[in-house]
Amino acid sequence: MKKVKCECGHVNPAGTILCESCGKPLDDQKSLLADMRYDGSARRSQTYNKTIVDKVWNFFSSVKVGIWLIVITLAASAFGTVFPQEAYLPPGAQPDTYYEQQYGIIGQMYYLLGFHHLYGSWWYMLLIASIGISLVICSLDRVIPLYRALKNQGVRRNPVFLKRQRLYSRTETELSGDAADGLRTRLKKKHYRVREQEGSILAEKGRFSRWGPYVNHIGLIIFLIGAMLRFVPGMYVDETLWVREGETAQIPGTDGKYYLKNNRFTMQTYNKDTEKKVFADAIDRAGNGKVAKSFTTDAVLYKREGDIVFGEKPKLKRVKENNIRVNEPLRFDSYSVYQVDYKENQLDQMVFQLIDQKTKQSFGKLKINLLDPDTDYDLGNGYKVQIASYLPDFYFNKDGEPSTKTKVPNNPAFVFKITAPDKPKGEKSFVAIQQTVEGSESNKYKLKFDHVETKNITGLTVRKDLTLWVLAVGGAIFMIGVIQGMYWQHRRIWIKTGDHEVLVAGHTNKNWFGLKKDIEFVLSGTGIQEPADQKELAKNQA
Amino acid sequence: MAELSANFLYAAFLIYLIAVPVFGGAIRGTKGAKDGKGRWSAIGITLTIFGFLCHLGYFIARWSASGHAPVSNMFEFTTSFGMMLVLAFIIIYFIYRLPSLGMFTLSIALLLIAYASMFPTDITPLIPSLQSNWLYIHVTTAALGQAILAISFVAGVIFLLKHVDQSRPGKKTFWLEVIMFILVTTVAFIAVTSAFRLADYKAEFNWVDKKEAKSVMIYDMPALVGPHEGELLTEGAMKPLIELPAIFSGRKVNTVIWSFGAGLVLYGALRLIFRKRISALISPLVKNVNLDLVDEVGYRAVSIGFPVFTLGALVFAMIWAQLAWTRFWGWDPKEVWALITFLFYAAYLHLRLSRGWHGEKSAWLAVIGFAIIMFNLIFVNLVLAGLHSYA
Repeated sequence: MKKVKCECGHVNPAGTILCESCGKPLDDQKSLLADMRYDGSARRSQTYNKTIVDKVWNFFSSVKVGIWLIVITLAASAFGTVFPQEAYLPPGAQPDTYYEQQYGIIGQMYYLLGFHHLYGSWWYMLLIASIGISLVICSLDRVIPLYRALKNQGVRRNPVFLKRQRLYSRTETELSGDAADGLRTRLKKKHYRVREQEGSILAEKGRFSRWGPYVNHIGLIIFLIGAMLRFVPGMYVDETLWVREGETAQIPGTDGKYYLKNNRFTMQTYNKDTEKKVFADAIDRAGNGKVAKSFTTDAVLYKREGDIVFGEKPKLKRVKENNIRVNEPLRFDSYSVYQVDYKENQLDQMVFQLIDQKTKQSFGKLKINLLDPDTDYDLGNGYKVQIASYLPDFYFNKDGEPSTKTKVPNNPAFVFKITAPDKPKGEKSFVAIQQTVEGSESNKYKLKFDHVETKNITGLTVRKDLTLWVLAVGGAIFMIGVIQGMYWQHRRIWIKTGDHEVLVAGHTNKNWFGLKKDIEFVLSGTGIQEPADQKELAKNQA
Repeated sequence: MAELSANFLYAAFLIYLIAVPVFGGAIRGTKGAKDGKGRWSAIGITLTIFGFLCHLGYFIARWSASGHAPVSNMFEFTTSFGMMLVLAFIIIYFIYRLPSLGMFTLSIALLLIAYASMFPTDITPLIPSLQSNWLYIHVTTAALGQAILAISFVAGVIFLLKHVDQSRPGKKTFWLEVIMFILVTTVAFIAVTSAFRLADYKAEFNWVDKKEAKSVMIYDMPALVGPHEGELLTEGAMKPLIELPAIFSGRKVNTVIWSFGAGLVLYGALRLIFRKRISALISPLVKNVNLDLVDEVGYRAVSIGFPVFTLGALVFAMIWAQLAWTRFWGWDPKEVWALITFLFYAAYLHLRLSRGWHGEKSAWLAVIGFAIIMFNLIFVNLVLAGLHSYA
């Protein structure tokens, strides 16, 4: 297509609706008001529609399509909150049965259609990706023409252009020098930038707000890119770490570089007597000592020194000691370790007394570390106890044999071999505390349960997220763009004098009330007629 | 301090209550002398500012009593949302000086404060995840954003009250009347709850919840519907007519039924007395407003509120979520509905700026937007279980 030359001499690109320089309509638009979007510049999507590239471009450059994408995403997102997502099911719940059990047939449909992980589904991702593409193409399609239009705009405008503005007036008068000076002063007082050329004035302010939408869209695009970066290996770590008090564990996700020791885990609850009096009613309502006040892990961070040698104990160097609390993660390198869970009063040590079943005479105590038990215990005077077999998480397996479910001492059971001066060959004795089995009746000796010592376990989440700063930059740019576009307006006032008449026209991209007030102030005392709102006039006539 | 705070809130409520008819006077005064209108408006806005200062006094006193920003439960949040709404109105008033906006906004603020006091007003200590300065940064900004957006709803309703032709019943009059019905129902909910609270009504049930655990539920209203396998413990209390399945909370469903029942009665009574639609009844109040100006106020509210909402409900929310919950975004229902609100107003802005949806279409959108905000406040907190269910 050819370029279009306007009568004012400016050469416009193909597809231009209003001359970039003087604003004269280049097509034969019959409507009363000019289409001021992008100041009537040529847009690729409105100009070409031949190849597939054109068609795809035109599809995504349409704001209508963009709005549809937003609305569909909005509706889909709402749908995902009808029932809880998979990630928020109670611990141990199986999605394939949970939804049906809880919500009946509708719940099962919800599960079968995959809505239980809606936000991670391919079609939801596709929607978000389409919004991203729409953002890029919409912006490119408009930002270049807008830039051209605002850069090339002339001060002297074609009278037809002025007449077709929403705010327009024509007054048959001559503008005296004093009146013109007054106009200029008042325009400047309202912070307008004033340009003049052969009796024409262009007063403009807030032009930078026109870039707001593009700036915020760039911010969104950066944000979406940041969200995609998570899938790049090495950018993102999300691991769980359970550490028992007194233990040191390798921090997962750090390639064996860091270790964490849990000195102590404490959970505090709100107690009526020790808290401020104003809380008394609320604590009573929830139950005294029932509401959590704090979860704290007193943790020591270690770093491994030297290379990893398998089978060798790592050399650890203490980095720092810190309390990890909710809202106060432990930070090191690019990692953060968060307090997220706990288990209180986990079995740790178990103490037994060796006694004679009949006389109840005691021959001493033994303390068993349930996580790493010693095999032999010498109680002196020839009394010895040996652990022949240890089942930390005891149950009867399918074949009805004693077995262990896990390595965690949830339900410890032992087979002890007791040797005494009068039983040199030893007696075997099966002890399971929760089942209150303490050896057999026929034995002479018995290991009587004395007490347990417990420890707390802290549940931590280890995270590294190198995408955060990209998201932060995207978010910040978005906010700047939105504020720039929403809190300022691009206002323009054209005044054209000569031929015994004064033409005044005004345009703003929003907030017409403010522009009208500006013009009212600027024209006060000049005798020039205030511009009428041609849109309102048209409405009243209709 | 706690008592002082409560008194401040009463004072604010009363002052707003007086300011509503004063703004009403400002609207009606237009036919008389011009200064008359100005004087009524001036009194109205002075009262509003004074009421707002009391409201702020409530906020500060309660903050100092508890040691944390009073935005941590349903009562506190809704009350401060009302405060932000008044603040948003004051800002918009000084740009556009519309007395009718004052009358409607203050009415909504009154409803919000009254609605808030239907929830437990105890000062509660904070659970660990809320113990952060982000509590007030995030919540107050989000509430302010929502409040400014709510102004566009008020402007939208004013627009529709004038624009929709009440002499021709149809879809528009119906939906406008639905808005009025919901407002009436809110009043009914407040009235019913307060009445049974005054009578100190209690009915205790043993019931079995969805995890098949036995627990106790206390009703504050006579039980029309009972909890799952409910067993009434209180003597002389009303026996429920129907028993609910375990996934429902009997107490909440019962409250909803009572509110809608009372709402229908109240609405029906109003219709019988006045023999016209409520929107037709109050439309004379707005007959003098300039539709273009109201439309612009609505749009301006969205354009000011949208960035504030985004900052508070998404940006600050994400920063805090990263600190407290280890991830900035987790598709929790409240997060999703904040995103939906954001997307909705983004659609509003694009429809308005690019597709020319001004005036009536824009007003309806503002109504839907406010419905989403209220859904997020009430329904998501009370019904959809999630990390934000703290009421």
